[in-house]
Amino acid sequence: MDRLFDMVAVFSLVLIVWVLSSVRRAHIRVEYSVSWLLAGAVLLVLALWRTLDDRIAMALGISDSFIALAIFAGAAFLIVLYRLSLRISGLNDSSITLAQQVAILEFKLKALNEKIQTPAR
Amino acid sequence: MSSMAPPAARRLLVLIPAFNEEGAVGGVVEEVRSAVPKTPILVVDDCSLDATRSRAEAAGAQVLALPHHLGLGGCVQAGYRLAYELGYDYVIRVDGDGQHDPRDIPTVLAALEKGDCEMVIGSRFVDDNGEHTNILRAAGIIFFRAVLRPILGRPVRDPTSGYVGVNRTALELFSATFPLEYPEIEALVVLQRKRFRFVEVPCRFRPRRSGRSTITAVKSLYYIIHVLLGVFVNVLKFEARRK
Repeated sequence: MDRLFDMVAVFSLVLIVWVLSSVRRAHIRVEYSVSWLLAGAVLLVLALWRTLDDRIAMALGISDSFIALAIFAGAAFLIVLYRLSLRISGLNDSSITLAQQVAILEFKLKALNEKIQTPAR
Repeated sequence: MSSMAPPAARRLLVLIPAFNEEGAVGGVVEEVRSAVPKTPILVVDDCSLDATRSRAEAAGAQVLALPHHLGLGGCVQAGYRLAYELGYDYVIRVDGDGQHDPRDIPTVLAALEKGDCEMVIGSRFVDDNGEHTNILRAAGIIFFRAVLRPILGRPVRDPTSGYVGVNRTALELFSATFPLEYPEIEALVVLQRKRFRFVEVPCRFRPRRSGRSTITAVKSLYYIIHVLLGVFVNVLKFEARRK
Protein backbone atom coordinates (compact mmCIF):
# COMPACT_ATOMS: atom_id res chain seq x y z
CA MET A 1 0.00 0.00 0.00
CA ASP A 2 2.86 2.37 0.90
CA ARG A 3 4.26 1.89 -2.59
CA LEU A 4 1.01 3.16 -4.12
CA PHE A 5 1.19 6.31 -2.01
CA ASP A 6 4.83 6.77 -3.00
CA MET A 7 3.92 6.36 -6.66
CA VAL A 8 1.23 9.04 -6.35
CA ALA A 9 3.74 11.34 -4.65
CA VAL A 10 6.27 10.81 -7.45
CA PHE A 11 3.58 11.30 -10.08
CA SER A 12 2.49 14.55 -8.39
CA LEU A 13 6.06 15.81 -8.29
CA VAL A 14 6.60 14.93 -11.95
CA LEU A 15 3.35 16.73 -12.84
CA ILE A 16 4.37 19.85 -10.91
CA VAL A 17 7.88 19.93 -12.42
CA TRP A 18 6.52 19.22 -15.91
CA VAL A 19 3.93 22.02 -15.68
CA LEU A 20 6.47 24.50 -14.25
CA SER A 21 8.90 23.62 -17.01
CA SER A 22 6.17 24.13 -19.64
CA VAL A 23 5.31 27.51 -18.13
CA ARG A 24 8.99 28.49 -18.18
CA ARG A 25 9.24 27.57 -21.87
CA ALA A 26 5.96 29.44 -22.52
CA HIS A 27 4.20 26.27 -23.72
CA ILE A 28 1.47 26.83 -21.15
CA ARG A 29 0.25 30.23 -20.08
CA VAL A 30 0.48 30.93 -16.34
CA GLU A 31 -3.31 31.19 -15.94
CA TYR A 32 -3.79 27.67 -17.33
CA SER A 33 -1.02 26.18 -15.20
CA VAL A 34 -2.63 27.15 -11.90
CA SER A 35 -5.29 24.39 -12.01
CA TRP A 36 -2.69 21.70 -12.77
CA LEU A 37 -0.25 22.96 -10.13
CA LEU A 38 -3.01 23.11 -7.56
CA ALA A 39 -4.17 19.58 -8.41
CA GLY A 40 -0.55 18.33 -8.25
CA ALA A 41 0.09 20.06 -4.93
CA VAL A 42 -3.09 18.67 -3.33
CA LEU A 43 -2.21 15.17 -4.53
CA LEU A 44 1.33 15.50 -3.21
CA VAL A 45 0.14 16.61 0.22
CA LEU A 46 -2.41 13.77 0.35
CA ALA A 47 0.19 11.20 -0.78
CA LEU A 48 2.69 12.28 1.90
CA TRP A 49 0.33 13.04 4.79
CA ARG A 50 -1.17 9.62 5.52
CA THR A 51 -3.00 10.61 8.71
CA LEU A 52 -4.95 13.16 6.70
CA ASP A 53 -5.94 10.41 4.23
CA ASP A 54 -7.06 8.22 7.10
CA ARG A 55 -9.20 11.02 8.53
CA ILE A 56 -10.75 11.75 5.13
CA ALA A 57 -11.41 8.05 4.54
CA MET A 58 -13.05 7.77 7.95
CA ALA A 59 -15.18 10.85 7.32
CA LEU A 60 -16.29 9.40 3.98
CA GLY A 61 -16.92 6.00 5.51
CA ILE A 62 -14.29 4.34 3.31
CA SER A 63 -12.18 1.58 4.83
CA ASP A 64 -9.19 2.04 2.51
CA SER A 65 -7.38 5.39 2.69
CA PHE A 66 -5.84 4.93 -0.76
CA ILE A 67 -9.33 4.75 -2.32
CA ALA A 68 -10.07 8.09 -0.66
CA LEU A 69 -6.90 9.48 -2.25
CA ALA A 70 -7.87 8.02 -5.63
CA ILE A 71 -11.33 9.60 -5.40
CA PHE A 72 -9.72 12.93 -4.58
CA ALA A 73 -7.30 12.62 -7.48
CA GLY A 74 -10.09 11.67 -9.90
CA ALA A 75 -12.27 14.55 -8.75
CA ALA A 76 -9.38 17.03 -9.01
CA PHE A 77 -8.57 16.03 -12.59
CA LEU A 78 -12.22 16.02 -13.61
CA ILE A 79 -12.56 19.58 -12.30
CA VAL A 80 -9.42 20.68 -14.16
CA LEU A 81 -10.64 19.02 -17.38
CA TYR A 82 -14.08 20.59 -17.02
CA ARG A 83 -12.56 24.04 -16.55
CA LEU A 84 -10.42 23.52 -19.64
CA SER A 85 -13.45 22.34 -21.64
CA LEU A 86 -15.25 25.54 -20.67
CA ARG A 87 -12.25 27.57 -21.73
CA ILE A 88 -11.84 25.71 -25.04
CA SER A 89 -15.54 26.13 -25.84
CA GLY A 90 -15.29 29.86 -25.20
CA LEU A 91 -12.16 30.16 -27.34
CA ASN A 92 -13.79 28.10 -30.11
CA ASP A 93 -16.79 30.43 -30.18
CA SER A 94 -14.48 33.46 -30.25
CA SER A 95 -12.40 31.91 -33.02
CA ILE A 96 -15.49 31.23 -35.18
CA THR A 97 -16.83 34.76 -34.69
CA LEU A 98 -13.39 36.20 -35.45
CA ALA A 99 -12.99 34.11 -38.63
CA GLN A 100 -16.45 35.15 -39.82
CA GLN A 101 -15.74 38.81 -39.08
CA VAL A 102 -12.37 38.68 -40.86
CA ALA A 103 -14.00 37.10 -43.93
CA ILE A 104 -16.80 39.70 -43.94
CA LEU A 105 -14.36 42.61 -43.54
CA GLU A 106 -12.13 41.26 -46.33
CA PHE A 107 -15.18 40.90 -48.53
CA LYS A 108 -16.26 44.48 -47.87
CA LEU A 109 -12.72 45.79 -48.30
CA LYS A 110 -12.38 44.06 -51.66
CA ALA A 111 -15.71 45.47 -52.80
CA LEU A 112 -14.67 48.94 -51.63
CA ASN A 113 -11.34 48.73 -53.48
CA GLU A 114 -13.15 47.69 -56.66
CA LYS A 115 -15.51 50.62 -56.23
CA ILE A 116 -12.62 53.07 -55.76
CA GLN A 117 -10.71 51.73 -58.74
CA THR A 118 -13.66 51.72 -61.14
CA PRO A 119 -13.68 55.49 -62.04
CA ALA A 120 -9.92 55.45 -62.74
CA ARG A 121 -10.26 52.83 -65.48
CA MET B 1 -19.90 46.00 -52.22
CA SER B 2 -22.00 47.81 -54.80
CA SER B 3 -22.55 44.58 -56.72
CA MET B 4 -23.74 42.89 -53.53
CA ALA B 5 -25.98 45.71 -52.35
CA PRO B 6 -29.59 44.56 -52.49
CA PRO B 7 -31.70 46.13 -55.25
CA ALA B 8 -34.76 47.93 -53.95
CA ALA B 9 -37.33 45.79 -55.77
CA ARG B 10 -36.29 42.30 -54.82
CA ARG B 11 -33.88 41.80 -52.02
CA LEU B 12 -32.99 38.16 -52.37
CA LEU B 13 -29.56 36.65 -51.95
CA VAL B 14 -28.74 33.09 -52.93
CA LEU B 15 -26.23 31.61 -50.52
CA ILE B 16 -24.08 28.64 -51.52
CA PRO B 17 -21.91 27.13 -48.77
CA ALA B 18 -19.10 25.14 -50.32
CA PHE B 19 -16.17 23.06 -49.13
CA ASN B 20 -14.00 21.29 -51.70
CA GLU B 21 -16.69 21.51 -54.39
CA GLU B 22 -14.56 22.54 -57.38
CA GLY B 23 -16.32 19.94 -59.53
CA ALA B 24 -19.81 21.24 -58.90
CA VAL B 25 -19.84 24.81 -57.65
CA GLY B 26 -19.41 26.51 -61.03
CA GLY B 27 -22.35 24.61 -62.51
CA VAL B 28 -24.50 25.37 -59.48
CA VAL B 29 -23.77 29.11 -59.80
CA GLU B 30 -24.69 29.04 -63.49
CA GLU B 31 -27.90 27.14 -62.80
CA VAL B 32 -28.86 29.59 -60.06
CA ARG B 33 -28.24 32.50 -62.42
CA SER B 34 -30.49 31.03 -65.08
CA ALA B 35 -33.19 30.23 -62.49
CA VAL B 36 -33.18 33.69 -60.88
CA PRO B 37 -31.41 36.11 -63.23
CA LYS B 38 -29.87 39.28 -61.73
CA THR B 39 -30.06 37.86 -58.21
CA PRO B 40 -26.80 38.21 -56.28
CA ILE B 41 -25.10 34.89 -55.61
CA LEU B 42 -22.76 34.48 -52.67
CA VAL B 43 -20.56 31.43 -52.38
CA VAL B 44 -19.16 30.97 -48.88
CA ASP B 45 -15.92 29.07 -49.30
CA ASP B 46 -15.15 27.16 -46.09
CA CYS B 47 -11.39 27.31 -46.67
CA SER B 48 -11.45 24.70 -49.44
CA LEU B 49 -8.24 22.93 -50.35
CA ASP B 50 -9.16 22.81 -54.03
CA ALA B 51 -10.16 25.40 -56.64
CA THR B 52 -13.69 26.00 -55.28
CA ARG B 53 -13.08 29.71 -54.82
CA SER B 54 -11.70 30.38 -58.30
CA ARG B 55 -14.38 28.22 -59.98
CA ALA B 56 -17.11 30.13 -58.15
CA GLU B 57 -15.58 33.49 -59.09
CA ALA B 58 -15.12 32.40 -62.69
CA ALA B 59 -18.81 31.46 -62.80
CA GLY B 60 -19.67 34.99 -61.69
CA ALA B 61 -20.46 34.56 -58.00
CA GLN B 62 -19.21 36.75 -55.20
CA VAL B 63 -17.10 34.75 -52.78
CA LEU B 64 -16.91 35.12 -49.02
CA ALA B 65 -13.67 33.30 -48.20
CA LEU B 66 -13.33 32.04 -44.64
CA PRO B 67 -9.77 32.17 -43.27
CA HIS B 68 -10.04 28.71 -41.73
CA HIS B 69 -12.42 25.76 -41.91
CA LEU B 70 -15.47 26.31 -39.71
CA GLY B 71 -17.75 23.45 -40.70
CA LEU B 72 -21.15 23.76 -42.32
CA GLY B 73 -22.90 25.73 -39.57
CA GLY B 74 -20.14 28.32 -39.19
CA CYS B 75 -19.93 28.62 -42.96
CA VAL B 76 -23.67 29.20 -43.44
CA GLN B 77 -23.80 31.59 -40.48
CA ALA B 78 -21.01 33.70 -42.01
CA GLY B 79 -23.17 34.09 -45.13
CA TYR B 80 -26.22 34.93 -43.02
CA ARG B 81 -24.22 37.55 -41.13
CA LEU B 82 -23.03 39.23 -44.29
CA ALA B 83 -26.52 39.12 -45.83
CA TYR B 84 -27.99 40.64 -42.69
CA GLU B 85 -25.37 43.38 -42.58
CA LEU B 86 -25.98 44.19 -46.25
CA GLY B 87 -29.71 44.49 -45.63
CA TYR B 88 -31.12 41.55 -47.59
CA ASP B 89 -34.73 40.60 -46.89
CA TYR B 90 -34.54 37.00 -48.04
CA VAL B 91 -31.74 34.47 -48.23
CA ILE B 92 -32.11 31.12 -49.91
CA ARG B 93 -29.44 28.52 -49.27
CA VAL B 94 -28.54 26.10 -52.02
CA ASP B 95 -25.84 23.50 -51.42
CA GLY B 96 -22.67 23.72 -53.51
CA ASP B 97 -22.66 20.02 -54.43
CA GLY B 98 -25.49 20.31 -56.95
CA GLN B 99 -28.03 18.25 -54.99
CA HIS B 100 -30.54 21.08 -54.82
CA ASP B 101 -32.21 22.00 -58.09
CA PRO B 102 -32.02 25.80 -58.39
CA ARG B 103 -35.15 25.82 -60.57
CA ASP B 104 -37.09 25.53 -57.30
CA ILE B 105 -35.71 28.80 -55.90
CA PRO B 106 -38.77 30.78 -57.16
CA THR B 107 -41.06 28.32 -55.30
CA VAL B 108 -39.13 28.86 -52.05
CA LEU B 109 -39.08 32.63 -52.59
CA ALA B 110 -42.82 32.75 -53.31
CA ALA B 111 -43.51 30.94 -50.03
CA LEU B 112 -41.29 33.41 -48.16
CA GLU B 113 -42.92 36.42 -49.80
CA LYS B 114 -46.35 35.25 -48.68
CA GLY B 115 -45.20 36.41 -45.26
CA ASP B 116 -46.87 33.74 -43.14
CA CYS B 117 -43.63 32.10 -42.04
CA GLU B 118 -40.03 32.96 -41.20
CA MET B 119 -38.42 29.94 -42.84
CA VAL B 120 -39.18 27.77 -45.84
CA ILE B 121 -37.78 24.27 -46.19
CA GLY B 122 -37.36 22.83 -49.64
CA SER B 123 -38.56 19.30 -49.02
CA ARG B 124 -37.88 16.21 -51.08
CA PHE B 125 -40.83 14.46 -49.45
CA VAL B 126 -43.75 16.86 -49.93
CA ASP B 127 -44.24 15.52 -53.42
CA ASP B 128 -42.38 12.32 -52.61
CA ASN B 129 -39.24 13.26 -54.51
CA GLY B 130 -36.88 11.45 -52.19
CA GLU B 131 -35.63 8.82 -54.59
CA HIS B 132 -32.03 10.08 -54.35
CA THR B 133 -31.88 9.61 -50.59
CA ASN B 134 -29.74 6.72 -49.41
CA ILE B 135 -31.06 4.17 -46.90
CA LEU B 136 -29.00 5.51 -44.00
CA ARG B 137 -30.17 9.06 -44.51
CA ALA B 138 -33.78 7.92 -45.04
CA ALA B 139 -33.64 6.05 -41.69
CA GLY B 140 -32.18 9.15 -40.02
CA ILE B 141 -34.94 11.32 -41.47
CA ILE B 142 -37.65 8.97 -40.15
CA PHE B 143 -35.99 8.93 -36.72
CA PHE B 144 -35.65 12.71 -36.49
CA ARG B 145 -39.20 13.23 -37.75
CA ALA B 146 -40.36 11.24 -34.72
CA VAL B 147 -38.03 13.16 -32.36
CA LEU B 148 -39.07 16.57 -33.67
CA ARG B 149 -42.82 15.93 -33.87
CA PRO B 150 -43.57 16.58 -30.15
CA ILE B 151 -41.00 19.39 -29.89
CA LEU B 152 -42.28 21.35 -32.87
CA GLY B 153 -45.90 20.45 -32.22
CA ARG B 154 -46.36 19.62 -35.89
CA PRO B 155 -44.85 17.21 -38.39
CA VAL B 156 -41.82 18.05 -40.48
CA ARG B 157 -41.25 15.85 -43.50
CA ASP B 158 -37.67 16.70 -44.40
CA PRO B 159 -35.83 17.87 -41.26
CA THR B 160 -32.34 17.31 -42.72
CA SER B 161 -32.91 19.39 -45.84
CA GLY B 162 -30.37 22.15 -46.40
CA TYR B 163 -32.50 23.74 -49.10
CA VAL B 164 -33.73 26.53 -46.87
CA GLY B 165 -35.03 30.05 -47.33
CA VAL B 166 -35.25 32.58 -44.51
CA ASN B 167 -36.74 36.04 -44.21
CA ARG B 168 -35.06 38.95 -42.47
CA THR B 169 -36.47 38.10 -39.04
CA ALA B 170 -34.99 34.60 -39.14
CA LEU B 171 -31.85 36.03 -40.73
CA GLU B 172 -31.37 38.27 -37.71
CA LEU B 173 -31.84 35.32 -35.36
CA PHE B 174 -29.50 33.01 -37.28
CA SER B 175 -26.85 35.74 -37.60
CA ALA B 176 -26.64 35.72 -33.82
CA THR B 177 -27.42 32.07 -33.01
CA PHE B 178 -26.86 29.20 -35.37
CA PRO B 179 -25.95 25.58 -34.70
CA LEU B 180 -22.40 25.02 -35.84
CA GLU B 181 -21.80 21.43 -36.86
CA TYR B 182 -24.96 19.79 -38.26
CA PRO B 183 -27.28 22.77 -38.36
CA GLU B 184 -30.48 21.76 -40.15
CA ILE B 185 -32.33 19.90 -37.39
CA GLU B 186 -31.14 22.07 -34.52
CA ALA B 187 -32.06 25.20 -36.49
CA LEU B 188 -35.69 24.03 -36.45
CA VAL B 189 -35.63 23.85 -32.66
CA VAL B 190 -33.92 27.26 -32.43
CA LEU B 191 -36.73 28.59 -34.62
CA GLN B 192 -39.36 26.94 -32.43
CA ARG B 193 -37.86 28.51 -29.31
CA LYS B 194 -38.61 31.89 -30.81
CA ARG B 195 -42.09 30.77 -31.87
CA PHE B 196 -41.16 31.33 -35.49
CA ARG B 197 -43.05 29.45 -38.19
CA PHE B 198 -41.84 27.34 -41.08
CA VAL B 199 -43.45 25.76 -44.10
CA GLU B 200 -42.28 23.03 -46.43
CA VAL B 201 -42.52 23.30 -50.18
CA PRO B 202 -41.76 20.57 -52.72
CA CYS B 203 -38.27 20.77 -54.22
CA ARG B 204 -36.32 18.52 -56.52
CA PHE B 205 -33.21 16.84 -55.18
CA ARG B 206 -30.55 15.19 -57.30
CA PRO B 207 -27.49 13.06 -56.65
CA ARG B 208 -24.43 15.16 -55.76
CA ARG B 209 -22.31 16.04 -58.78
CA SER B 210 -18.92 15.55 -57.18
CA GLY B 211 -17.18 15.18 -53.85
CA ARG B 212 -18.48 13.27 -50.86
CA SER B 213 -21.08 13.93 -48.19
CA THR B 214 -19.69 15.16 -44.89
CA ILE B 215 -21.86 12.55 -43.15
CA THR B 216 -20.32 9.19 -43.92
CA ALA B 217 -21.59 5.87 -42.60
CA VAL B 218 -18.98 5.93 -39.83
CA LYS B 219 -19.94 9.44 -38.78
CA SER B 220 -23.66 8.66 -38.72
CA LEU B 221 -23.70 7.53 -35.09
CA TYR B 222 -21.76 10.60 -34.02
CA TYR B 223 -24.18 12.68 -36.08
CA ILE B 224 -27.24 11.20 -34.33
CA ILE B 225 -25.77 11.66 -30.85
CA HIS B 226 -24.55 15.17 -31.61
CA VAL B 227 -27.85 16.31 -33.09
CA LEU B 228 -29.91 14.67 -30.32
CA LEU B 229 -27.78 16.44 -27.71
CA GLY B 230 -28.14 19.74 -29.57
CA VAL B 231 -31.91 19.30 -29.78
CA PHE B 232 -32.08 18.38 -26.08
CA VAL B 233 -30.04 21.44 -25.05
CA ASN B 234 -32.24 23.69 -27.16
CA VAL B 235 -35.37 22.17 -25.62
CA LEU B 236 -33.94 22.89 -22.15
CA LYS B 237 -33.39 26.52 -23.16
CA PHE B 238 -36.93 26.61 -24.49
CA GLU B 239 -38.39 25.35 -21.21
CA ALA B 240 -36.30 27.80 -19.21
CA ARG B 241 -37.50 30.68 -21.35
CA ARG B 242 -41.15 29.76 -20.88
CA LYS B 243 -40.81 29.72 -17.09
